[in-house]
Amino acid sequence: MATQLDDARIIEFDVRTDEMLVNMGPQHPSTHGVLRLVLRTDGEIVSEVEPHLGYLHRCAEKIGENLTPRQWIPYTDRMDYLAGMNMNLGWSLCVEKLIEHDLSEKAKHLRVIIAEMGRIASHLVGMGAYGLDLGTFSPFLYAFREREKILDLFEEACGARLTYSYLTPGGATADLPNGWLQKCSAFLDQFEPVIQEYHALLTTNAIFVKRTAAIGVMSGEMAVDYGCTGPVLRGSGVDYDLRRDGEERYTEMYDGYAFEVIVQKEGHYPKDHDYPAIPKEAVLGDCWHRFYVRMLEVVQAVDLVRQAIDRYSTASGDWGVPIKLTHKLPKGEVYLETEAPRGQMGFYLVSDGNAIPWRVRARSSCFCNLSVTSELCRGCLIADVPAIVGSLDVVMGEIDR
Amino acid sequence: MSGQNLVERLSKRFGDKITGSNLEAIDPWIEVSPDGIAEVCEYLRDDAELRLNLLNCITGVDYFMADPKKAAKAGWEPHTEVVYHLSSTLNKHSLVLKVILPRWKDGVEGELPEVLSVSGVYNTANWHEREVYDLSGVRFVGHPNLRRILCPEDWVGYPLRKDYEMPLEYHGIRGR
Repeated sequence: MATQLDDARIIEFDVRTDEMLVNMGPQHPSTHGVLRLVLRTDGEIVSEVEPHLGYLHRCAEKIGENLTPRQWIPYTDRMDYLAGMNMNLGWSLCVEKLIEHDLSEKAKHLRVIIAEMGRIASHLVGMGAYGLDLGTFSPFLYAFREREKILDLFEEACGARLTYSYLTPGGATADLPNGWLQKCSAFLDQFEPVIQEYHALLTTNAIFVKRTAAIGVMSGEMAVDYGCTGPVLRGSGVDYDLRRDGEERYTEMYDGYAFEVIVQKEGHYPKDHDYPAIPKEAVLGDCWHRFYVRMLEVVQAVDLVRQAIDRYSTASGDWGVPIKLTHKLPKGEVYLETEAPRGQMGFYLVSDGNAIPWRVRARSSCFCNLSVTSELCRGCLIADVPAIVGSLDVVMGEIDR
Repeated sequence: MSGQNLVERLSKRFGDKITGSNLEAIDPWIEVSPDGIAEVCEYLRDDAELRLNLLNCITGVDYFMADPKKAAKAGWEPHTEVVYHLSSTLNKHSLVLKVILPRWKDGVEGELPEVLSVSGVYNTANWHEREVYDLSGVRFVGHPNLRRILCPEDWVGYPLRKDYEMPLEYHGIRGR
């Protein structure tokens, strides 16, 4: 029987396009820094994604073998440069674990204020940049309007706007200046109602929901298997946050604070009563949920900073005088992870009893979060690749170190 | 479960594949032989009591002192360690495993030491093992795609080894 050429299915089967390799990056505007993705595409469909890293590799671990722990703090700033404060905190806690130094109450509350403000600033960039990935420019400007004010506060506290080196082993380099707490409270009062604007711009925006809901769905098991942490893990419904489940040295900072882990339980997020409802298209573990977890964490961080300000102003002790660390370090090895805005940031320090460590290792959260890309992007459209990579909210400085 | 109990339980099950432990350290660790790491990890992941389902980090640590005077005082023979940090998102505890390797396979300089890959147990290990291979020079047997990840593919040497020397030039770029 002759082939029925007017049968549309046969023609579609016959006219196949060749697979094509497409380079996205390393200088593509929506790849969050110098990330190169090699896509194998069949028309609009992506069949394989291969991330290539290392364009921002600055040998931080090798440098760490030649510096004292205090001298290495500026290098931790430059890992996740959008959340320098949280990187400082992770390394400081790791060093304190090795030398078994305990902080005063006041120093702990100071660190909570600073770390949670850093989380707000970082998630604001994450939100704004995600808007850029999806082709809308205004949320970015709105996000930076608020972020500038946080940076002003940080500048007043430590003199720097991006690479702070503020939290050090022992506490912080200086106490908060006079009047800082009032300014911080004023900022929070002004900031809280503004969050509604972000929800109007993105979270509930019909186009945004169409671009993100049910795209890049990742199950909880898959997230754990790939080592994804932070909002990426919680966006898949896994109830795990180091601020509650981490090591005691870290969780004692948050002792007595009222906070709930932001994760969906029985179809609801904690505190979601006065925030937009979950759209019915969204599936747990998709891009929209990862974004929403970040937005709710911002709300939670505001609440945590308020609690910390109250405690800090009444707490006893000093703000944590930095330890000079000019003497030799004790022998031993320690590993400590903290909950940075983008996931669990771990530091591993091996000391052989000298003033400089034998080996330092930074376990990067984005490194693991990015490794899931090739699995998530298999079979999606080219236009969805930026949406998926953007929802992982990676910072290349932290991946390449 | 106490550390001593866990070590005994693992020794009973895996015999001489558990080569030692240090329970006095700040983060206590268990030493595993290079050919046993994959099955031990699989057991730790699937055991109902432990459920160590999250591999946090794999690190390569090189122990080598070029200065013979210092090496005599160091208190260890030159070797390479691969350190695995595991934790559980369900039971909220963590564990450290170590694999002790010679610096070079069979003592032949340039031949990388070998350890079984755990990328079949934890997908996280895929990139982490590539990084350890890239920077510390450890070959992971059974890894699906073992190539450099942070350094360029034509890079020579393993930068986090203690006897590494910076190349004088790379594609016409002066090194030092």
